[in-house]
Amino acid sequence: MSLSRSSAIPRSALTTMAASRRTVLRGMALSGLAVGGANLLAACGGDDDSGPSSGSGATVKFGINEADGSGPAYDRLKGMADAYTKETDTKVSLNAVDHNTFQESINTYLQGTPDDVFTWFAGFRMAQFAENGLITDLSDVWPIDGLNDSFKQASTAPDGKQYFVPVSYYPWAVFYRKSVFEKNGWVAPETNDDFMALMDDMQGKGITPFAFGDKDGWPAMGTFDILNMRLNGFDFHMSLMAGDEAWDGDEVKLVFDTWRTLLPYHQADPLGRTWQEAATAMGKGECGMYLLGTFVVDALGENGEDLDFFTFPQLDSSIPADSLDAPIDGFCVAAAGQNQEAGKEMIKWLGSAQAADAGNNAADAPFIAANSGASTSTYSDLQKKSVEVVSAAANIAQFMDRDTNADFANTVMIPSIQEFLKNPDDIDGITASIQEQANSIF
Amino acid sequence: MTDIEQTRAEAPQQQRAAAPPQGREKKLPTRDRWVVITMVTIPLVLVVLLVWVPAALSFALSFGKWNGFGDLDTIEWVGFQNYKDIATIYPPFWPAIQHNLIWLVFLFLFPTVLGMLLAVVLDREMRGSRFYQTAFYMPVVLSMALIGFIWQLFYSRDQGLINDVFGTQIDWYGDPDINLWAVLVATAWRHTGYIMLIYLAGLKGVDASLREAAAVDGAGEVKTFFNVIFPVMRPINLIVIVIVVIESLRAFDIVWVINKGRNGLEVIGALVAQNVIGEATRYGFGSALAVIMMLISSVFITIYLRNVFREERTR
Repeated sequence: MSLSRSSAIPRSALTTMAASRRTVLRGMALSGLAVGGANLLAACGGDDDSGPSSGSGATVKFGINEADGSGPAYDRLKGMADAYTKETDTKVSLNAVDHNTFQESINTYLQGTPDDVFTWFAGFRMAQFAENGLITDLSDVWPIDGLNDSFKQASTAPDGKQYFVPVSYYPWAVFYRKSVFEKNGWVAPETNDDFMALMDDMQGKGITPFAFGDKDGWPAMGTFDILNMRLNGFDFHMSLMAGDEAWDGDEVKLVFDTWRTLLPYHQADPLGRTWQEAATAMGKGECGMYLLGTFVVDALGENGEDLDFFTFPQLDSSIPADSLDAPIDGFCVAAAGQNQEAGKEMIKWLGSAQAADAGNNAADAPFIAANSGASTSTYSDLQKKSVEVVSAAANIAQFMDRDTNADFANTVMIPSIQEFLKNPDDIDGITASIQEQANSIF
Repeated sequence: MTDIEQTRAEAPQQQRAAAPPQGREKKLPTRDRWVVITMVTIPLVLVVLLVWVPAALSFALSFGKWNGFGDLDTIEWVGFQNYKDIATIYPPFWPAIQHNLIWLVFLFLFPTVLGMLLAVVLDREMRGSRFYQTAFYMPVVLSMALIGFIWQLFYSRDQGLINDVFGTQIDWYGDPDINLWAVLVATAWRHTGYIMLIYLAGLKGVDASLREAAAVDGAGEVKTFFNVIFPVMRPINLIVIVIVVIESLRAFDIVWVINKGRNGLEVIGALVAQNVIGEATRYGFGSALAVIMMLISSVFITIYLRNVFREERTR
């Protein structure tokens, strides 16, 4: 328990400095978590477990990052937990936490008394947890029927072992309204020339080619990711994210420079606009396209029947357009969880096609299951197409804030990209500043 | 003027007369002593545990580099590196200092003065003054976070009221040249009511005979206020100064709900939060920022305390 207490120190220290009601409450909640956790540990320490550790009659704790009543995302996870209980007679004790709170307190959570199985994402932070011994080696759970090699790759930490079981994913692509494209006789571009011609035609017709909003700081990362993958290739992108390449080198400068030439085709003043507002602009036909994740439909308040998408076209003839961002959601077993055996058993089941179906049948809107055996009958057309596009992709990135150090993504890249959007001509200054700060973090 | 000085001098004298002579040296009964000891100890322990210990730990952490993984021995001690990085390669820092100072000056110049003016006007018992009081005070009960959201409805570039009414396309919250001012206006909306209420309460406490005396001496409204009322309200004025300073240094909630304190809305409080609270866990770096914030606050606190003590001594 000294671990969780110690990590709570700066938070409580902060409460006194920048005391706002929110931070105070969070600080209280966190220290409550740590203290309460200690009591819990003391209370059930020892081997006096009443039931078996796994199988029928056992209990497994399941921490999920969707609060009760938060919509289909919660319903799916709840549906999976219920189906697991039904299937194996294992009791699942669900711990539902609000999405952002879960994500922001994950460090304290994992070093305190975490649940046995918890929801998480593939990527750098998963690997970081693995390196620090906070999550359990799952290489004996793999391979899992229906999860192909690229998913296994995404579940693997740098030490070559798997620590993660994927359940679903969503691709980032260029979305557009079918009706708008039809009316104007536009088609999804295949090459860079088509792409430029399409954007010029849109501008000629008084339609802004790209909707764009970056008030929250992260949406523009998607643009950086795709441009970097198209211009410098997937391998460079990943090693840049890992901190192994120079941010002030010619490659990154080329990305920003290309972005600068594309900015006139984007909505002006992105820094005051949320992604929802940008999505609305595309939905209303004021903008032709929007580069975002499939969650773009959520902002439009419709089922997405009039939406379609294409992957970002090729920019460099030597680099095929076969990489994209498709963040993968899934599960990990916490190393500090009390019931490792039950956790592993459950996580193996969670990766199955059966689990994905149970989740999708329990909710109004399905996710795109990672398991190839899962039923696609409930999928919308957009989701069916997403499956095709992602299966055809040679490389899948997880999105910048999942692929790189969270400290770097949040405190350096968000302000730097915003600075670039304000001052697109100061590329040298911005990349130099990113590199200086990267040196102090990596 | 002599009237006032007399009243001011009389008040403490009366108090002193009421207290028993040599009260401090006289031994208290055992029970009373225990009551006093408990009443001093409990708050003291709370303050030490909840304020001073975390502050000291924060100070210690500010010399380390730690991402929150593993035990305390995984902290890498880097000396003044964090402070050096903050001052040299951390682009949001200097704008943040500047914004906090602008915040301070703005709050003093506009909402505080306006709040005082409103208080003086409302103090005149005009018709409907209760209604105006309530109306001006209403925003104060709202949290800053909520205020940020309410004003978003006015300020939104594409869907906001202001741009809709005037047919403009000004990016109030997004344009880094104007968003600080847009936020300050929203802050002022609340701050004015706050100052007004405090000042109004102070004005009600001013002895009416002072005004009568001033009127008899032939002083006009304005002269009475500046030469008689305002000096008498010195304690309230000090409280107002302290409140304004604290409010501007701890500015955080409203910028956090708007854009997490980025892009023109950098303030120190938000930078601390960005580095420590969210997904980023730069505990050492964030603590160093918090220590800087503490140091800046202590400058103002020291000035204030020196003022208070000096005043007590002159008594």
